[in-house]
Amino acid sequence: MWLLSKIKQVLMVVKPGVVTLQYPFVPRPAPENFRGMPYWDHQKCVGCGGCAGHCPARTIMIRDICQELRVMVYDASRCTYCGRCADVCPENAITMTEHYELATNDKNDITETIELFMATCQRCGRCYDHENTNQIDRLSRIGFRYDNLEMRAVIPGGSEQFDTEMLRKTESYKRPEKAGE
Amino acid sequence: MLSKLTKKIFPKSLWVYHCNSGACNGCDIEILNVLTPYYDIERFGMKLVASPRHADVMLISGAVTRPTLPIVKKAYDAMPNPKLVFGIGSCATGGGCWFDCYNVSGGADKAVPIDYYIPGCPPRPEAIIYGVALALGLVDKKVAPVELKQMEFPIDMYERNRAWEERNVIYELLKD
Repeated sequence: MWLLSKIKQVLMVVKPGVVTLQYPFVPRPAPENFRGMPYWDHQKCVGCGGCAGHCPARTIMIRDICQELRVMVYDASRCTYCGRCADVCPENAITMTEHYELATNDKNDITETIELFMATCQRCGRCYDHENTNQIDRLSRIGFRYDNLEMRAVIPGGSEQFDTEMLRKTESYKRPEKAGE
Repeated sequence: MLSKLTKKIFPKSLWVYHCNSGACNGCDIEILNVLTPYYDIERFGMKLVASPRHADVMLISGAVTRPTLPIVKKAYDAMPNPKLVFGIGSCATGGGCWFDCYNVSGGADKAVPIDYYIPGCPPRPEAIIYGVALALGLVDKKVAPVELKQMEFPIDMYERNRAWEERNVIYELLKD
């Protein structure tokens, strides 16, 4: 009698076959609407900083190097992949990709740095609409140019707006740490 | 003789100790999921053990809170050398949402040295298997620091002129 039950068990086990996933050798895509590593489209981004304001883990850091350059640093090490940044973005520059294979031995591998060019009005200094122009057009509209060193000597005051000390400071930028340490 | 044979047969058989240092149980359930027959991490020779003295690998899940900090350090010291530490989940890698709380040490790397980070909140079971396979050398690393720029500074005069000419060429093509 016990043998019969054992045979029954064996049959029950054999029926479904092998169920184990051959994952690392066979790729396995994430399901639909899965929120993986966010991707920034730096051409669409206007640098409003809404994502940085809404991030619950404060993973996005914004720093203005000079009047025209804004650096956004995203640090995925403590990101909870909630997708709030993608929801709040007015330009839909952030998309949550299906990329989940993020395991590393170095924390710096999962960071994204974006340098944004902020266009401003020549007279009032505020940002203005630049829909039908490319970025090279925007440079001449500002009124001064970042040229090579020889040309910069010709144009008076061409390099004054570019704060070199601020650039040097932000080069040694590190991820925000716990307050008080 | 027998030890040599076993060393040949099981070169990378790791025994795993699971250490919860103040996690919300999300990562712990994913770790349990990895041990089930569907994901079956035992085909890599992994096995969950109850004591850190038997373990080669410690899986830390959760931002290390102040009460658990000395316990985590003790468990790390109890493990025999050589040892590996995996930080599983966003809390263990960087502290999660609580990275600057008063009772959180801000990531497991502040307590013990971590060899492999597996971010995710919680990480998928596949992501944990991927991290394990990365440690075993079965797969390659897929992430790298991304640096995007809208434009390069300072812009060279030659490049600028060339871009201007190319722009005009594009406009002429559009006219036809």
